[in-house]
Amino acid sequence: MRTEIRIAGFGGQGVILSGVIIGKAASLFDRINAVQTQSYGPEARGGASRAEVVISDETINYPKVQNPDILVAMSHEALIKYLDGLKENGILIVDPDMIVIDEIKDFVIKNNIRVYYARATAIATEEVGLKIVANIVMIGAITKFTDIVSYDATKDAILVSVPPGTKSKNITAFEAGYALSDDLVNLN
Amino acid sequence: MSEEFFIQGNEACARGAIKAGCRFFAGYPITPSTEIAEDLSRLLPKNGGSFIQMEDEISAIGAIIGASWSGLKAMTSTSGPGFSLMQENLGYAQITETPLVIVNVQRGGPSTGQPTMAAQGDLMQVRWGSHGDYEPIALSPSSVQEFFDFTIEAFNLSEKYRVPVVLLADEVIGHMREKIVIDDNIETIKRTAPTEKGEDFLPYKALENGVSKMPAFGDGYKLSITGLTHDERGYPATSNPQDHQKLVKRLCNKILENRDEIARVKLEQWEDADVILISYGSSVRSVIEATFKAREEGIKVGYMKIDTPWPMPEKEVLEVSKIANDLIVVEMNLGQMVHEVERIAKNNANTHLIGKIGGELPNPDEILSKIKELV
Repeated sequence: MRTEIRIAGFGGQGVILSGVIIGKAASLFDRINAVQTQSYGPEARGGASRAEVVISDETINYPKVQNPDILVAMSHEALIKYLDGLKENGILIVDPDMIVIDEIKDFVIKNNIRVYYARATAIATEEVGLKIVANIVMIGAITKFTDIVSYDATKDAILVSVPPGTKSKNITAFEAGYALSDDLVNLN
Repeated sequence: MSEEFFIQGNEACARGAIKAGCRFFAGYPITPSTEIAEDLSRLLPKNGGSFIQMEDEISAIGAIIGASWSGLKAMTSTSGPGFSLMQENLGYAQITETPLVIVNVQRGGPSTGQPTMAAQGDLMQVRWGSHGDYEPIALSPSSVQEFFDFTIEAFNLSEKYRVPVVLLADEVIGHMREKIVIDDNIETIKRTAPTEKGEDFLPYKALENGVSKMPAFGDGYKLSITGLTHDERGYPATSNPQDHQKLVKRLCNKILENRDEIARVKLEQWEDADVILISYGSSVRSVIEATFKAREEGIKVGYMKIDTPWPMPEKEVLEVSKIANDLIVVEMNLGQMVHEVERIAKNNANTHLIGKIGGELPNPDEILSKIKELV
């Protein structure tokens, strides 16, 4: 089965690294096929940034995401820009502090989207004391809310992907994301 | 022994270069190729090699030509704007028979165009970009594994035939991450060095396969290396038509006469196909997906994946043109390879183009609709 994941935000939030870690977890540690692609503007920070991962137990020919099964939005701009592509019955994971949920209520109800909240930026700041690990908190949330990558594989992928001195902070961030409640958000 | 990595195409290319024996890189950073230079700036010093960031792409190719004549396997990487600047020296590398590898990770053009978006608009520039007659070799990877493998192959071909080889990649393959397996056992080829005494040696006298032996500066041979038409000693011989014919025909023939050995192509599901899709580089991925989708719907479609756009695998293109009614060339430009396919297929089959520009991979569904229009 082919699963498509799109993670979007603004440049500097670590969106691309999140995609790389999910891809690595699937490919090298869960040992199924994965391709990670990305899209970014010429700016180094700010601007839209998007990482995409295709995970499949079959050979992945077309490497790009067309209609994601899972959309992770770390900014309101990204949410509005990419929401339309999300599949019916798809999963939407958002940082509620970064978006205005009312604006997408109609789409969510109409398309039976399953919405999860992950307060990644606040948790990174308050629980880890390091705002820049918000992306790793989000990876913990993705691991918890979806079954695309296993807990062990993702943890291993984080450990081989982050700089040596930052491993414990990143694992704390991952665990904090994984500890989030997986209750669906009811928008009715 | 082998090791697995989940890395970008550009990173795979840098690792492939090291495995192939590349020990010199000169370049100027440009999106979407920069990661190749970045990685080699770290890897080369650790492997006894040198990395130089040059002031521009003209000097970058100049530096690797010099490094190659110093006996090292040398490489540069760039994208369209830099590749344009390299054209003059690329011709110089052709006529001086200098082995080197140029990686062009294509982006949208003309000019600075779309730095972060993919394209395949430089195909004909590889063929005709420098002035005069020559036969280029170009390899186009369509996966991260192939970017690694083809980098090694590019070095091997350049050393074997004493020619510059272009690794014609694109942004999708350069930046995409996939799993690759790097094997410890990799076959590498090195240019043949002369064994005769200095005074007897003719640096441009060809062996049976059209390729001549290559000494390095400092090996004790008197070397004249010039962009002018030259004789077997390397001395300028610019006014005699025969001298020019002999040299330039040999340069072209050493590629053309070895075409079957150099050209690489993969054909799938073609024996019963009504429509055959032809592509190279990243757009092959869309073509394979479209083939599967068409077959699921019972439409007889096959595909041809061309790994060496230059030299074109003419024999295979001609063969499939006699089987299918329609050939569809899928490429990320407004029509370049399609002209080659038309020229080779003649009236055997109808040749069509799906030419996509803008930076995104052709969508498999677009290809499928075109197929349905035809069958």
